[in-house]
Amino acid sequence: MLERFSRGVIRLRWLIIPLTLILVAAAGSGVKNLRFDSDYRIFFSEENPQLLAFDALQNTYTKNDNVLFVLAPKGGDVFTGELLQAVVELTEESWQIPYSIRVDSLTNYQHTQAEEDDLIVADLVEDPLSLDQTALDRIRNIALNEPRLKNRTVSPQGDVTGVNVTIQLPGKRPDAEVPEVAAFARQIAEKLRNAHPDIEIHLTGMSMMNNAFPEASIKDMSTLIPGMFLVVILVLGTLLRSLWATVGTVLVIFLSIITAMGLTGWLGIGLSGPTSAAPTIILTMAVADSVHILITFLTALRRQGLNRKEALLESLRINMQPIFLTSLTTAIGFLSMNFGDVPPFRDLGNIVAMGVVAAFILSVTFLPALISLLPVKVSFSRTRTGMAMERLGDFVVQRRNGLLWGMSALALGLVACIPLNELNDEFVKYFSEEVEFRRATDFSSERLTGIYQIEYSIESGESNGVAKPDFLKDVDRFADWYRQQPEVIHVNTLTDTFKRLNRSMHGDDPAYYRLPEARDLAAQYLLLYEMSLPYGLDLNNQINVDKSATRFTATLQNISTNEVLALADRAKAWLQANLPPVMQAEGSSPTIMFAHIGKRNIQSMLTGATIALVLISGILIIALRSIKIGLISLIPNLVPMGMAFGFWGIVEGEVGLALSVVTGMTLGIVVDDSVHFLSKYLRARRENGGLSSAEAVRYAFANVGTALWVTSLVLVAGFFVLTFSSFKLNSGMGLLAGITISFALIADFLLLPPLLMKLED
Amino acid sequence: MKRIAWLFILALLPLSPLSAEAQTPEEKGLAIAREADLRDTGFADQSNQMVMTLKNRHGESSVRHMRLKVLEVEGDGDKSLSIFNRPRDIKGTAMLTFSHATEPDDQWMYLPALKRVKRISSRNKSGPFMGSEFAFEDLGSQEVEKYTYRWLRDEPLDGRDCFVIERIPAYKHSGYTSQTVWLDKQMYQPLKVDYFDRKKALLKTQTFGEYRQYLDQFWRAHDIHMVNHQTGKSTHLEWSDVQFKTGLSERDFNRNSLKRAK
Repeated sequence: MLERFSRGVIRLRWLIIPLTLILVAAAGSGVKNLRFDSDYRIFFSEENPQLLAFDALQNTYTKNDNVLFVLAPKGGDVFTGELLQAVVELTEESWQIPYSIRVDSLTNYQHTQAEEDDLIVADLVEDPLSLDQTALDRIRNIALNEPRLKNRTVSPQGDVTGVNVTIQLPGKRPDAEVPEVAAFARQIAEKLRNAHPDIEIHLTGMSMMNNAFPEASIKDMSTLIPGMFLVVILVLGTLLRSLWATVGTVLVIFLSIITAMGLTGWLGIGLSGPTSAAPTIILTMAVADSVHILITFLTALRRQGLNRKEALLESLRINMQPIFLTSLTTAIGFLSMNFGDVPPFRDLGNIVAMGVVAAFILSVTFLPALISLLPVKVSFSRTRTGMAMERLGDFVVQRRNGLLWGMSALALGLVACIPLNELNDEFVKYFSEEVEFRRATDFSSERLTGIYQIEYSIESGESNGVAKPDFLKDVDRFADWYRQQPEVIHVNTLTDTFKRLNRSMHGDDPAYYRLPEARDLAAQYLLLYEMSLPYGLDLNNQINVDKSATRFTATLQNISTNEVLALADRAKAWLQANLPPVMQAEGSSPTIMFAHIGKRNIQSMLTGATIALVLISGILIIALRSIKIGLISLIPNLVPMGMAFGFWGIVEGEVGLALSVVTGMTLGIVVDDSVHFLSKYLRARRENGGLSSAEAVRYAFANVGTALWVTSLVLVAGFFVLTFSSFKLNSGMGLLAGITISFALIADFLLLPPLLMKLED
Repeated sequence: MKRIAWLFILALLPLSPLSAEAQTPEEKGLAIAREADLRDTGFADQSNQMVMTLKNRHGESSVRHMRLKVLEVEGDGDKSLSIFNRPRDIKGTAMLTFSHATEPDDQWMYLPALKRVKRISSRNKSGPFMGSEFAFEDLGSQEVEKYTYRWLRDEPLDGRDCFVIERIPAYKHSGYTSQTVWLDKQMYQPLKVDYFDRKKALLKTQTFGEYRQYLDQFWRAHDIHMVNHQTGKSTHLEWSDVQFKTGLSERDFNRNSLKRAK
């Protein structure tokens, strides 16, 4: 049947080539439907419990997507007439940012102050250019002593300040709204920079982060894909030493990518950080199939002196089964990413799986049809790599015992280092330092305020209960506890507002900077204050509609997500030990969401990878028609992953979301090498009159060594190209996958053969 | 001769109040606003109960009860007194407002728990009333000078003929760039108002229902909705027990009256 198929392909080549192009064009036209997702929430499945908790909190209070302008005057002092004037103007202009619903700055901060029986509520800074030094000093004094401002809107040294714009997206045009906000904010920042060259201005916040995702994706796709094509052409050109063979491969790759990305468009999958890596990965995957077919073909031309048609038929005969198997296992590996909890990585797995299937079909139909028409010539009889492979085979056979023990020791040693890895998912670090958002955010967190937060909605248990003195005291104790934690920079709590109001209602007497002691008094203060606030600066972001609960926010230093979770656990324990049951609350925030995501995904991906492993091993046992060999193959299939994670533990030591998918993803790829090696090995054992295991190893090295070496090199190069991604997610994933595949080649060359010889003799 | 021509024109003006072809949209808008103001002049004082229901996007709600008293003031904004009844914690709290068209309002609040009257100095006219979707500037009396006007078109709304007028707040710190009003041609009362925020995006829509006429002249809506399109929150006002000319005077609208307000 295989024979008939192969002959059919060659005979119908004039039909296959145009038909392929038409089909690819049909699938590929879906590219026009591709869109970029710009919302960090896409990292969470709809049923993600941390997302649900955070959405509940955002629905109760104001949403907190935001744009934060960070202003650092070169003179090092925020409290000058000129700088404050810039802040006034920026505050005013920020109202123009699309979908802005609130602007908070140093100048529009609603300062309360007593004047006899008058309560004066006014912008902290008005008309700054007219202020003298005494007035400026007074403002500095108020700002740096106001817990709501210090470490949030102004740095404790008074050298950096921020203007925070709260954004509420209508969500009607998801991929257009965020870029609209970002473009407008940048325009304002640029105008401000031109007017005030002596102020350093940065833009950060959730909206800027959301915007950074598509921007970085587009940048990645326009640099990494061409880069990878270049690498592939160079490697193939050098190793295949055939122009037309290289052209054929590049065409197969190109058509595979078009097909997969087009289908992605038709399926309505959005592009995001992780999925933007898909073309590069498909590029890498698609190389292998063509290389196996072409290397056998070229060898047949060179060594056996067959003509083009015969050589192609021979190549298809030898390679059809292993290529089918490796494509199947690779696709299964990528499809196992669907077990994960993170939609963009599921999408990535599915897109690459489509690309892998497309590459397989193209490699066994389009490629031979095309090659049979091209004037492929053989320039010399034997390649240097071919000879080197035969020598390597001899070496492995001779030194089998030493290699077996040496490799086992190395593998065990590296596997033992796996626990050196620590879980961390700081989402800001998903972007490399080359991304503007990352630099702005680093600047902001170093100089102004942290970006990691834990938020609570604390319930009083009854309508209008936020005014209950006991409740306020308890919230205040919680704030005190949080402020004592070394990781905490700022605590935003309603109790500070109550204390300030109480003081202002008693003629600004500092002795009254404490919580009101009666419920009706507190409620009436709150009413008075609520009634005196101007447009956009209401209390909705701190108190719910029913006035039964209040929002409480702790801002943290740049700590690992493990430390964030540890702090949240400590806070929970404190709440349980000290506050009544009704006030118990779960901390939630994007920080908390991302802190859980790596762990959740690793757990679910392990299930996925295990199922994939069982499936793949079953397929190998059936395809290789040997339970024993199928089971032996488990070792070179699993060991490289263990070794890679151990190696990672030594050199990096941090794992997170990105690396949680590497296991499933590389499993399918790693298997390829052992499939090719074992299928050749078994062919030698079974076909050529039953060679000994040592002879069969030599045969395998001679026949598939070069192909394995070339494909692995391309794969490693492909994944290393990803390390140049603007997404640390993709670069970490690429690096670890590259390391895993390198270890896989080492294991297949140096561990598997000695093992076969040991167990088969 | 010239002078005579001018006299002619001046003499003709009052004869063509709304219909003159030569009128610009601005003049027509202003004329309609004046007519509306005129028709609502002379109620002297007014008193009513109000129930305010706040809702968030989730449908969670909260209810407040209060009594409103208004004293008509010629030539300036009206004086008003809001006395809060529920929630219980703020019972007896009262707020006195002297509204002004283009200046910040004068406001005092009596806090029974503190037993003191506090004067509030702030630019809160644009801010929310009791955490609701209504700003002070939406609630206060609608003096003609509060806005500049432009007639846009005539158009029916829910089967009633309306003038559609754009008005632009004169108050410097207003939260709005403009409002579009659907003014019923018979009542000269609004049926709907669209509010546009500082970036000219639609912020809120207010709708008026259950109009009833008092003293054969004054129309009052008893069912008012305000929906915030940006946050999904809404506020509903229900009016009841509306009384006119109850004999209120200046003496009922000063600092001292706040403490005994009920």
